[in-house]
Amino acid sequence: MSTIYYTEDHEWLNVDGDTATIGISTYAAGQLGDVVFVELPEVGKTVKKGDEIAVVESVKSASEIYAPVSGEITASNAALEDAPETVNEDAQGAGWFFKMTIADRSELSGLMDEAAYGEFTKE
Amino acid sequence: MLSGHMMQNDGLKRTPLASLLESLGGKMVPFVGYAMPVQFPDGILKEHKWTRTNCGLFDVSHMGQAFVVGPDHETTARALEALMPGNFVDLKPGQQRYSLLLTDDGGIMDDLMVTRSIHPHFEGWLMLVVNAAFKEVDFAQIASRLPTSVRLETAPDRALIAIQGPKTAAVMAPLCDDSCDMVFMQSMASKIGGIDCHISRSGYTGEDGFEISVKSEYANDLARLLLKNKLVKPIGLGARDSLRLEAGLCLSGHDFDETRTPVEASLSWAIPKVRREAGGFPGAARILRELSEGTTQKRVGIKPLGRAPARGGTQVHQDGVFVGEITSGGFGPTFGGPVAMGYVRADLAVPGTKLELMVRGKAHPAEVVKLPFVPQNYYRG
Repeated sequence: MSTIYYTEDHEWLNVDGDTATIGISTYAAGQLGDVVFVELPEVGKTVKKGDEIAVVESVKSASEIYAPVSGEITASNAALEDAPETVNEDAQGAGWFFKMTIADRSELSGLMDEAAYGEFTKE
Repeated sequence: MLSGHMMQNDGLKRTPLASLLESLGGKMVPFVGYAMPVQFPDGILKEHKWTRTNCGLFDVSHMGQAFVVGPDHETTARALEALMPGNFVDLKPGQQRYSLLLTDDGGIMDDLMVTRSIHPHFEGWLMLVVNAAFKEVDFAQIASRLPTSVRLETAPDRALIAIQGPKTAAVMAPLCDDSCDMVFMQSMASKIGGIDCHISRSGYTGEDGFEISVKSEYANDLARLLLKNKLVKPIGLGARDSLRLEAGLCLSGHDFDETRTPVEASLSWAIPKVRREAGGFPGAARILRELSEGTTQKRVGIKPLGRAPARGGTQVHQDGVFVGEITSGGFGPTFGGPVAMGYVRADLAVPGTKLELMVRGKAHPAEVVKLPFVPQNYYRG
């Protein structure tokens, strides 16, 4: 069973046991506009919560992606290199960025669930 | 997104078309003191491609319009030639020229369009269109340097609408047939739907198109009339920037500023032979010397060889040594990859030269390319 969390930086985490799949929210993808490039973290890299580990670029600007929790990168979505538009088409599915282990599950407690994120993104 | 009302409270100015464009879904952002649409619901990529295949409508009413008025054409033209390196004395009625407002040591304050009115009633008048970001300083500089017989009249009561793209002539033909007889860089006074307009065949996308100057109170009627044609869609500032970058056109304040001369900026083509021989423009001694001896840096097109865009401010290296800087960079939707321009050491300003772009601390391969990235599609008859 997996649980979805969101960060205030508009990332989503699909947590399944001690690993998480991470991307940017559908809301964030809509705000960014057409994604033309994604720079992904290297597999095997150990990261601390808050580290800048990826970059998503739209036609207009570049935005940093921060590690939502501490852990080790276990996979990155190489399909985005040739098809960055997948982030706009399916932000919370095929447009995932990377997978990582969760070193400290207590770091999840500060994150939002679906309902709280819905409130957070409401104007 | 801020509402129009909030924006007014924020002190942002609104062009006569701001409310119309907002009602069409324009996402309004602050831009040089104005609330302007950065994009519409289609998004920058689609807006860009629409302009390259059909016709895009741009509100450029924030730009500075003015008239320089003197007793006769030659007097007015000579007054401007003391400030810019263009040949305005030989402008025929209805002709338009791209030129550069220079500092006393030859730096570029701004670029602008100078047009001689075709109308005999306006003999002795030259029309100027300058960049929004610099209109106050430009106009102050020009006004302070004119001889007593020539004056500057700013035109804050005029709006400016650009329509650009390969289908633009087809859009204009039923509305203003005469305008389609003009070639690139010509202008005329005419009516569109009964509205008095000043129309020039020019723009900032590399495509065929027109810029239409109109009294502010008629701007909405004119825009609505143009948008009635299904070939015409409103386009935001985002696509305006990617279109001009693919076309190799400079953004004033970014791709040059007061620290760059026309020669460094690869804009020597804007200094005609007659001015090179006679001089008499600000910074002439330095610029003429640079024309014969060269400069230490040159503006060039730079193509990143990977997928990562390199934005303005990116350092350019060669074999690990700093050789220049990107001044504009992003993604070219029609080109289909990242595009950039910037300054490099003059000996490297040769197409094919390999460079490295320092993006987020890593060297990304790139090469010098000839501009533009996408062929220009001006109508020359």
